[in-house]
Amino acid sequence: MGTFQIDFGDAAQPERIIGIDLGTTNSLAAFMDLTGPEIIAAPDGSRIVPSVVALLADGSFIAGNAAKARLVDHPEATLFSTKRFMDRAATPLKIGNRQITPPEAGAHILRELKQHAEAFFGEPVTKAVVTVPAYFNDAQRQATKDAGRIAGLDVLRLVNEPTAAALAYGLDKRKSGIIAVYDLGGGTFDISILRLQDGIFEVLATNGDTFLGGDDIDKLLMAIALEDIAAEWGAPIEGDPGAVETLRQAVIRAKEQLSFTLFTHIDLDYKGRRYQREITRDLLERLIEPIIERTLGPCRQCLADARLAPADIDEVVLVGGSTRIPLVRRAVESLFRSRPHTELNPDEVVALGAAIQAGILSGEVKDTLLLDVTPLSLGIETMGGVVTKLIHRNSTIPASETEQFTTAVDGQTNVLIHVLQGERELVKDCRSLARFELTGIEPVPAGLARIEVKFLIDANGILNVSAKDTRTGKETSVEVKPSYGLTDEQVEAMILESIENAEADIRERQVREARVEADRILAALENAKQNDAWFDLSSEDQAAIQAAHNELLLAYHGDDHHLIQAHIEKLDKASLKLAENMMNTAVRGALKGTKI
Amino acid sequence: MDFYRVLGLGPKLQLNSVELQQLFYGRSRELHPDRFARAEPSVRAAALEESSLLNDAYRTLKDPVSRAEYFLKHRGFDIGEQGTKDVPPELLEEVFELNMALEELKSGDESARPQLATARDHFAALLAQSDDELTNLFAAHDASPAEAVLRQIRGVLNRRRYILNLLRDVNGYLSN
Repeated sequence: MGTFQIDFGDAAQPERIIGIDLGTTNSLAAFMDLTGPEIIAAPDGSRIVPSVVALLADGSFIAGNAAKARLVDHPEATLFSTKRFMDRAATPLKIGNRQITPPEAGAHILRELKQHAEAFFGEPVTKAVVTVPAYFNDAQRQATKDAGRIAGLDVLRLVNEPTAAALAYGLDKRKSGIIAVYDLGGGTFDISILRLQDGIFEVLATNGDTFLGGDDIDKLLMAIALEDIAAEWGAPIEGDPGAVETLRQAVIRAKEQLSFTLFTHIDLDYKGRRYQREITRDLLERLIEPIIERTLGPCRQCLADARLAPADIDEVVLVGGSTRIPLVRRAVESLFRSRPHTELNPDEVVALGAAIQAGILSGEVKDTLLLDVTPLSLGIETMGGVVTKLIHRNSTIPASETEQFTTAVDGQTNVLIHVLQGERELVKDCRSLARFELTGIEPVPAGLARIEVKFLIDANGILNVSAKDTRTGKETSVEVKPSYGLTDEQVEAMILESIENAEADIRERQVREARVEADRILAALENAKQNDAWFDLSSEDQAAIQAAHNELLLAYHGDDHHLIQAHIEKLDKASLKLAENMMNTAVRGALKGTKI
Repeated sequence: MDFYRVLGLGPKLQLNSVELQQLFYGRSRELHPDRFARAEPSVRAAALEESSLLNDAYRTLKDPVSRAEYFLKHRGFDIGEQGTKDVPPELLEEVFELNMALEELKSGDESARPQLATARDHFAALLAQSDDELTNLFAAHDASPAEAVLRQIRGVLNRRRYILNLLRDVNGYLSN
């Protein structure tokens, strides 16, 4: 393909593309300056836009610092941490007397960042690279892209947060090596392992948990404080959202201080009432140890998937505000046996990396290229509720797989394909992404249609499906019906379970497959009994078949696939004579039909 | 064979993994969609198509077994439907013994456990042996391509798959 030799980088003046870190707690924008990536400051000089949205009395929405300021006084008309709901993009969130979907909430934050950038450059900004947690699934990625579109931004690329951080660290650092990026943010956790060589950043494996972050630490501290207050003040404050929000902010302050001091106070001053409690770093560490422990499983899995040992990791990079916690640093250090990098501000490094990726797309940054992977396996539902994997997790994207489909019924013109994401063997344990309906298939006898379906995961980690009727060469139209059947917690639980339940899965799958085969032979036998050939059999032969049939039915309901298989073979053998007779009958029938 | 074409390789079974990686990085620089972010839609679509092919190719060819399977498939061989045809009879005998040991273990007789460990070591050695055989056959085929060699490779692949399954089963029982 000759067209690939054209270098578009040197063509016209590149249009400005900004990099955006759309975080659970805070969001930032950055751009590629002549000397390197820089954060875009708001007109008031602030660098961070809190990911908070507020509805004003006049019906307008605001986002960022002004919205955060309204959290205490108007808790019912503000939303925070909405990134956690991106998986259920169609389910609206209540804000005041209105309802907005999670992508809309994201759009308000993106719009705020866009306005800051436009004020900064003095010109319209319409193109952006937006980061997502590496472990975001297809639905969450799609929702993030939608948020951009709602905000009037053309999202040219979604980049995984840990990969963006590696870009920010790796540029003008060492020339080659293996880097692990540990990213514990406000609401999500990611681990990615990359090979860096001569400007190529190749992600070897990624893992994570899209429901684990600093928010969970806040909740633990909140539970203690709420209990205290109920006892001290004589009544719980949960019914007063303003009080709860004030307490949440006090708890976060205390948590942050404990990264630098050994003890501090949770200090709540609300409507003339005061609550104070001393809290030590030691207590915090004991509280959050289970949370930190939950990040280590994905780290080990990621190492295993990259086929590396901890000693192979040359550098560890920490990303996300929660990595300021000393216990997190110690855990990471002891797992990877190397002192993590913390030179760059963990709150800003992802946005800086997004700006570098924007520079790669615009052609400003040459010689650097990111090769990322898909975090979750992609598969389709096949007979018996089993998932057949087409593209495995940690495949470099873009990645594709082609699968042949046919029709099951004469004259069938539609085929429905159920696409799932996840690591488990059964449909019920994976996350349903969408149902793709292929329509306009030429009506032919069952099994004759040949439809070639191509599943392609693009560089954003988003699935594209196209289909072709290979008999006619015509493109088949594909209608997508996205499903929001499962929650993200379920997906996370699935992945964790996947490792524990792999054994049980395989057994269950084998039994299902054996049953499908048994169904086939039992149905064939029922059919054959209507045939003349059956009545031609001796009564002994008929009895033998019936006995084998009964034995198979008995085994069918057990959970031993070997036994089912064995009885299928027995029935097969017992009905050999029957099959021969049927063949002869068919031949006779065919001869009868021909006029000689 | 598109996977060889997209990497600019001749149809060789022996590939050096370091060289393959360098080729992959080099071709990625040329084909990756990032390089065409501002190009017209048809060019972007072509880049997406070619770079996904490139990634699929590298993933398949960097592993000797999946590489050989791909090669054989494109030379008209069917893979993976051979049953126990290529499994040497002495191995089958061993499998019968193993099954007996597994039965004993299942019925609570722990005395069969050491036998399993021995079987595992033996299967691991057989696996390594078939890997060596593959390497030699790859070299033989690259030196003078012949259908007979490909048929031999298919035999080793089938045997290897069988051994791998055995090894997985035994490891499964041993870890329980």
